[in-house]
Amino acid sequence: MSQHISPKSTYFTIFGALLVLTGVTVWVAFLDLGALNTVVALTIAVIKATLVVLWFMHVIHSNRLTWVFAGAGFVWLILLIGITMCDFISRDWLGIPVSEFLNP
Amino acid sequence: MSSGHGGAQAHHFEDMDQQRESASLGMWTFLITEVLFFGGLFTAYTVYRFQYPQAFAEGSHHLDVMLGAVNTAVLIFSSLTMALAVRAGQLGKRNGVVFFLVLTILLGGLFLGIKSVEYAHKWHEHLVPGAHFTTETVHGPQVQLFFSLYFAMTGMHAFHMLIGAGLMVWLIVKTLRGRFSTEYYAPIEMVGLYWHFVDIVWIFLFPLLYLLGRH
Repeated sequence: MSQHISPKSTYFTIFGALLVLTGVTVWVAFLDLGALNTVVALTIAVIKATLVVLWFMHVIHSNRLTWVFAGAGFVWLILLIGITMCDFISRDWLGIPVSEFLNP
Repeated sequence: MSSGHGGAQAHHFEDMDQQRESASLGMWTFLITEVLFFGGLFTAYTVYRFQYPQAFAEGSHHLDVMLGAVNTAVLIFSSLTMALAVRAGQLGKRNGVVFFLVLTILLGGLFLGIKSVEYAHKWHEHLVPGAHFTTETVHGPQVQLFFSLYFAMTGMHAFHMLIGAGLMVWLIVKTLRGRFSTEYYAPIEMVGLYWHFVDIVWIFLFPLLYLLGRH
């Protein structure tokens, strides 16, 4: 595997897509979608980050080991936030107010 | 010391591809630790946003969406110029590397300038956590929590940008001294990875801090 040199047009295309997605996320933020606002904002952010990782950071032209390394950071982040939130989200399920946990 | 490829290849590597891949994997390993460093802050933000949604929505309303959006565009533009600097490095175009790195530093400076204007606004509006923090609503302490996270996250992000700018100055000096070639440009590529990572952190900070709870 030798180094891959992307044409300038690739970078300009990604740049344009990132700007459009930024505009979309600002526009959507002012619509009332209820809980979906958070989902849409995070989905757009994940798409933007993926574009940067794959093309600006050249992962799309890298070997599989680089994919594993790049993916590992994301997986551990999901574990960190996911497991922590399992705790906080499920506290109410016992029928005891959260405040009693925080201020016993 | 060196073995082949005009001295670009270090002796303990099989070939140039292996050397390039090793550098790239090492940098990604460092970036994973950076993901988890910022991950702690993002986790704290998620927990407290979940617990105090009204206070965090109120906090977001104190931020200037226009300045945040402009800064997002500025940082994305700086990622483009960084990618073009790396490309110029791959092609061995010394002037291109210097031109795009200078442009990237200027755009980074513009971002930090706009950020400092925002910080000054928050200071005058008594929204900096501490003895002089004031809000009119009942959510005062929780809004203060929002701003603690706001300053911690954007502050650490800005600090990373300063380090990135410093690294780019170092790259410019090395480029002007002719230390890079089409065979060896790894430092340019690694600083590029770092700069794009800092861009990604902001891609998440912008919607989380400025946009959620807007409507």
